[in-house]
Amino acid sequence: MAYSEKLLDHYENPRNVGSLDKNDPDVGTGLVGAPACGDVMKLQIRVSDDGVIEDAKFKTFGCGSAIASSSLVTEWVKGKTVDEALTIKNTDVANELNLPPVKIHCSVLAEDAIKAAVADWQKKHGMAPTVKPDTVQGDRAALLERGVLKSGI
Amino acid sequence: MKIPIYMDYHATTPVDRRVLEAMLPYFSEEFGNAASKSHAFGWRAEEAVEAAREEVAKLVGASAKEIVWTSGATESDNLAVKGAAQFYQSKGKHLVTCKTEHKAVLDSMHALERQGFEVTFLDVEKDGRLDPARLAAALRKDTTLVSIMHANNETGVVHPIEEIGRVTRAAGVLFHCDAVQGVGKIPFDVEKANVDLASLSAHKMYGPKGMGALYVRRKPRVRLVAQMDGGGHERGFRSGTLNVPGIVGFGKAAELARLEGAAEAERVLALRERLRRGLQAGLDLLTVNGSLAHRVPGNLNVSFAYVEGEALMMAIKDVAVSSGSACTSASLEPSYVLRAMGISEDLAHSSIRFGLGRFTTAEEVDHVIRLVVEKVAKLREMSPLYEMVKDGVDLSQIEWANPH
Repeated sequence: MAYSEKLLDHYENPRNVGSLDKNDPDVGTGLVGAPACGDVMKLQIRVSDDGVIEDAKFKTFGCGSAIASSSLVTEWVKGKTVDEALTIKNTDVANELNLPPVKIHCSVLAEDAIKAAVADWQKKHGMAPTVKPDTVQGDRAALLERGVLKSGI
Repeated sequence: MKIPIYMDYHATTPVDRRVLEAMLPYFSEEFGNAASKSHAFGWRAEEAVEAAREEVAKLVGASAKEIVWTSGATESDNLAVKGAAQFYQSKGKHLVTCKTEHKAVLDSMHALERQGFEVTFLDVEKDGRLDPARLAAALRKDTTLVSIMHANNETGVVHPIEEIGRVTRAAGVLFHCDAVQGVGKIPFDVEKANVDLASLSAHKMYGPKGMGALYVRRKPRVRLVAQMDGGGHERGFRSGTLNVPGIVGFGKAAELARLEGAAEAERVLALRERLRRGLQAGLDLLTVNGSLAHRVPGNLNVSFAYVEGEALMMAIKDVAVSSGSACTSASLEPSYVLRAMGISEDLAHSSIRFGLGRFTTAEEVDHVIRLVVEKVAKLREMSPLYEMVKDGVDLSQIEWANPH
């Protein structure tokens, strides 16, 4: 499978690998995926008092595309407000890295990770989550339809 | 040391130079059709084909008349399984195989199911081997054929085929053995194992691709429904003009395996153990998948927990290996062979198959050990699962949200 240069760059030189203190009230943690499926992403964001994401870190168990997708979104969310971060779509990630069809689910996971991290931060601050992290079913349905995902995965 | 390093000898092997040299004249000067009985071109081709048949037969303890040339092991598996099931269907329509067989056998069985046959797919033990008692218990009055491989293509695990052969012979059931991964590497004898049908492949033993054979027992005689109709070549078992250069190459490869196989197995086993010990010394949380004692010498199938297989393959891109990770297939399902052994999905995703062979060197093994140890450590630093486990989290207790 031929991967794009951008993907290989993010895989070989991943940005923002690491962890933030998950107990810090300013840190939101998203953990998505499942080991049985071969992909688990942990995305953490540190949010300033005015709602801007100051720092982001990730750790990912998964294939090269999953690692590259999570590395990319840590770069993208930095400097954005949480609301802006939530506008990042899996298709943006897939297009930027030129993911092959069988790897689209990696970008879906990256989008989910952002939503889950923001939701965690919002919960810590007594806010209702803007987007529940499991609301990407529409995208899943599209993937199922295209045969990229098998049912039950 | 030449980069990239090839450690995928189960997928295919390079053609040995001696094999290639034996083949070359049969492309141009000696181009005759082995079925041409009326001139010297045909006679010389036929002579070469029959000499090769002797060699392949000798390697597996058969007589030359029991060897049928095919285009490869997939065709051999199809011919054996479908051909025997269909020929003997008046005796019964029950077949037995094992869940870890090659797809060429499994899908042939599925095709027969659609034709009204009933197939039992046996489980294997945790070490990947079939318990002959489990097989004996599955046999019925209407069972006509059992198909069990010699060595597994993913794990290299070797089934107790001699015991299996005793069970099938006692029950009067045919025994087909996909012997592709074992022949040429470990002893395989159709008489000792009471095998009735055996699939062989040239390119797994330093011969050319597109060349296979099926051993078909003559005493007692095994009959098959041909799957390829035509000019009645190969005593009607397999029509089609013979691939003379391929056959000559297969013969030479078999000769080399017979003469050098034992010494080679010893050397390759030492390299495999050097690789295993080196990896185990450098890394924790490493598991060997399948029996170590009952395994072909060149195979090491290991799971590096908390590291995904394809990510590791990308990290060691100068080393050609393969993985049971779903990410290497379009299906997103991890290896069915490892799953059938009861290996968890996450460890199946973390598996790598190293295949060592004739041209593997100690220098290459040492390089691979250094590289894999370094890259697994790097990927584990990046793995949230490894971090959680190191923090004392029991991953099995986590309810994974949003599974894909």
